[in-house]
Amino acid sequence: MASCSRAQVISLYRMLMKESKQFPSYNYRTYALRRVKDGFRENLHVDNPKTLDVLLNQARENLALIKRQVSIGHLYSAQKTIVEKEPHL
Amino acid sequence: MMNRIISSKLVDSMCVISSRRLSFAQSAVNTVQKQKELIKSRELEKDELRPLYMDFQATTPMDPRVLDAMLPYQVNYYGNPHSRTHAYGWESETAMEKARKQVADLIGADPREIVFTSGATESNNMSIKGVARFYKAKKNHIITTQTEHKCVLDSCRILEAEGFEVTYLPVKNNGLIDLKQLQERISPHTSLVSIMTVNNEIGVKQPIEEIGHLCRSKNVFFHTDAAQAVGKIPINVNDWKVDLMSISGHKIYGPKGVGALYVRRRPRVRIEPLQNGGGQERGLRSGTVPTPLVVGFGAACEIAQQELEYDHKRVTVLANRLVQKIMSEIPDVVMNGDPEQRYPGCINLSFAYVEGESLLMALKDVALSSGSACTSASLEPSYVLRAIGADEDLAHSSIRFGIGRFTTEEEVDYTVEKCIQQVKRLREMSPLWEMVQEGIDLKSIKWTQH
Repeated sequence: MASCSRAQVISLYRMLMKESKQFPSYNYRTYALRRVKDGFRENLHVDNPKTLDVLLNQARENLALIKRQVSIGHLYSAQKTIVEKEPHL
Repeated sequence: MMNRIISSKLVDSMCVISSRRLSFAQSAVNTVQKQKELIKSRELEKDELRPLYMDFQATTPMDPRVLDAMLPYQVNYYGNPHSRTHAYGWESETAMEKARKQVADLIGADPREIVFTSGATESNNMSIKGVARFYKAKKNHIITTQTEHKCVLDSCRILEAEGFEVTYLPVKNNGLIDLKQLQERISPHTSLVSIMTVNNEIGVKQPIEEIGHLCRSKNVFFHTDAAQAVGKIPINVNDWKVDLMSISGHKIYGPKGVGALYVRRRPRVRIEPLQNGGGQERGLRSGTVPTPLVVGFGAACEIAQQELEYDHKRVTVLANRLVQKIMSEIPDVVMNGDPEQRYPGCINLSFAYVEGESLLMALKDVALSSGSACTSASLEPSYVLRAIGADEDLAHSSIRFGIGRFTTEEEVDYTVEKCIQQVKRLREMSPLWEMVQEGIDLKSIKWTQH
């Protein structure tokens, strides 16, 4: 039941957001940040402890996945995309 | 480079008015020929910023979750799934069957009905040639449409050379086929009807359910190329009464080089295999199944199923934003294809009085295409646009915008802004635009000899 505590959920969320910010690729980074935020928002009102457990485990797996993919991204990095620089036109 | 564009345009426009009877289409082709040489392929320099990717119909980036699923099978679990005698083979086979289930679940099929291939092109070839040749004794007629993918049209052409009769159904101006026409053309000699679900150039969604029911009632096999539709719109092969379906891996954020063919078992569809050998994949497609690729493909299908609604909602919002912004800022923009019956992520716009190639060149910060990747090498305007009856000049000035899972609002806004800016600039330079502004009707001009 401890894993269902609000503090745990928030800390998981923060860790996911922190890792997602590290993606070197613009598209992956924006997608991860957006999807994590929307994913947590849509499950805001889930009460059932079993469902919560499942969701939190999924979140932990995703966290590990993001960490791995971030390192791969750093190993094989490429140039930045055009929208990442200061807008000048 | 600006001077070259301006001078070549002026020279061409002068040629158009003063030389022999060149239609606007002809001059457009000439300028396209000149501009084609200018879009030279070159790789990005080390510090050059990458263009935005807005060409999701050509291919899609791999989802990180897909890559994560594939890597173990590239590094450690490298066994051949058909090896029956050791753990390497067994674990590979388990992964392959799991992937098969994931693909089958996405389209509402049974895992035994999925055959892994090297992509949608191979699946299309297998199904069209396979069905036609198997049932050749009694049935020798095939029906398809004029807007199909090149691989389908080419397979049909080969079959025509073998003696089959092929009907290429025309499409209406909005890109949809006429069901009554299809009904009339189906005869007791028809073995296969092949119509793609979502067109890759104009994004039009055909009424597959109605066509499926029609074909089932007439006892004709129905094949659909669903490469652009799978994972983007909900598909159920049993509701739609589809007998064969081609799926492509790299259109749904999976790896390139893998695809699948759905072959119905009840009622059984028999196919003459294209690739013979050790009898893998039910004898329909021999050859070692590439475990890492199919594992990635399966993961991509599972992710697509989970994210279908979320992605669809987002893509619709972004697509509407793009179209509204462009159409409200610049006049004379035509969207090709039916506005309702479509997949929102594929937008094909024609900008009148602007050449597609020169607009693409001007939008060098955005990766776009005009027409499909497989026809972009030729100078002809896309046959799909010709089939929907687009004017020659509009067909030459069409651009396809692709929006996908990873597209951001920022990218759409940047694309829209640049597009509007460049279209206005190119129109300023166009003498035809000047004439239109003065109220001259271009179609009434007689281009005379001198």
